[in-house]
Amino acid sequence: MHELAICQSLISQVEDIASEHQAKKVISILVQIGPLSGAEAPLIKSAYPIAAAGTVAEQAILEIETMPIRVQCNNCHEETIAKVNRLICGKCGDFHTKLISGDEMLLASLELDNTIH
Amino acid sequence: MCDTCGCNITSGNAHLVTTGGKHALTEDGKSAITVLKSLLSENDHQALHNREHFDQHSVLAINLMSSPGSGKTALLEATIDALGNELSIGVIEGDLETENDAERIRAKGIPAIQISTGSACHLDAHMVHDALHNIALKDLDIVFVENVGNLVCPASFDLGQHRNVTLLSVTEGDDKPSKYPVIFRAADLVLQTKSDLLTVLDDFDPKKAEQNLRNLASEVPFFQIAARRELELDAWLDWLRNEVKEHLERIARNESIKPAIQPEGAQLHMAEHSHSHSHTQEHVHKE
Repeated sequence: MHELAICQSLISQVEDIASEHQAKKVISILVQIGPLSGAEAPLIKSAYPIAAAGTVAEQAILEIETMPIRVQCNNCHEETIAKVNRLICGKCGDFHTKLISGDEMLLASLELDNTIH
Repeated sequence: MCDTCGCNITSGNAHLVTTGGKHALTEDGKSAITVLKSLLSENDHQALHNREHFDQHSVLAINLMSSPGSGKTALLEATIDALGNELSIGVIEGDLETENDAERIRAKGIPAIQISTGSACHLDAHMVHDALHNIALKDLDIVFVENVGNLVCPASFDLGQHRNVTLLSVTEGDDKPSKYPVIFRAADLVLQTKSDLLTVLDDFDPKKAEQNLRNLASEVPFFQIAARRELELDAWLDWLRNEVKEHLERIARNESIKPAIQPEGAQLHMAEHSHSHSHTQEHVHKE
């Protein structure tokens, strides 16, 4: 949902960081998206070239890391893999769990080209 | 460490900041930078300002979300009838078109601002910020933001509210929490509305609805209400009274709160956000 707006926000952040580091080119961008974030990785991938066109990130490779859904149980303390709409503990079935990973929508890191052209 | 304050560090991604550090220079002049910043940070930043405005005026802000037609406005009308003499209420309405909902609220003698989004399917922090220009917060105890009827998008956009309430009407299907996990997980309270219709329905089981909610690891209260018949509203009204009271106590301790479901790192950010900076345009909020 709103993946183009999300990409525009992403490019805006990337541009700021590139400028802060005086880099003329972005080589690669790593984005972390979790299934509970409200954004869909394939849609980000297709919206990205549109948002990146004409910017310092134009030729950057976008890598999207899909984050696993992991919960930690307040009852038995185990960390288990869960599903997007079944977040109960995989070990003991208790629903008092904490989401450790799975709702990310993050610009995780990027690689800049600082070489003088 | 993210480049502002360390928010967004979770146990799931902490390893990214401990190995290599934020800015690792590679041999060939390239630099790898760890960022870990939310892609919605611009909206989140505006939301933080909205929250500060609410807090400065000791106002509790509640975001109501649901499908279109689940009974958000009817709930507000019944709430105003029940609590209007006890608490000062203001409402920010969000719809694509018409002022219908704001007019219903104003008919009760309550201030209401209508945001007409045109084609935007959710409210965001900037829209709410603009609406706040036209509402006198200093006289209010609670501001309800009635979001656009939509079970998908509103969940992802922080408006600066303190609490999220998601409505589910009995004509919608008891599996809605499973189908729309994000918006139901985002709730601090889930209200099953139009519950008086259960007698004529054979396909909605409140127990299943609640179980589907619990399967999302949600521990929040689940109340069955019927606003139009003013049935069973006491639990909702008591919840509101308690939230107002707790919020005033928080403000006295110089603290605030965001809706319960949030990235764990964002809690850190809340406490540390103390920098001042000017808005892009000079403006003064209505006092």
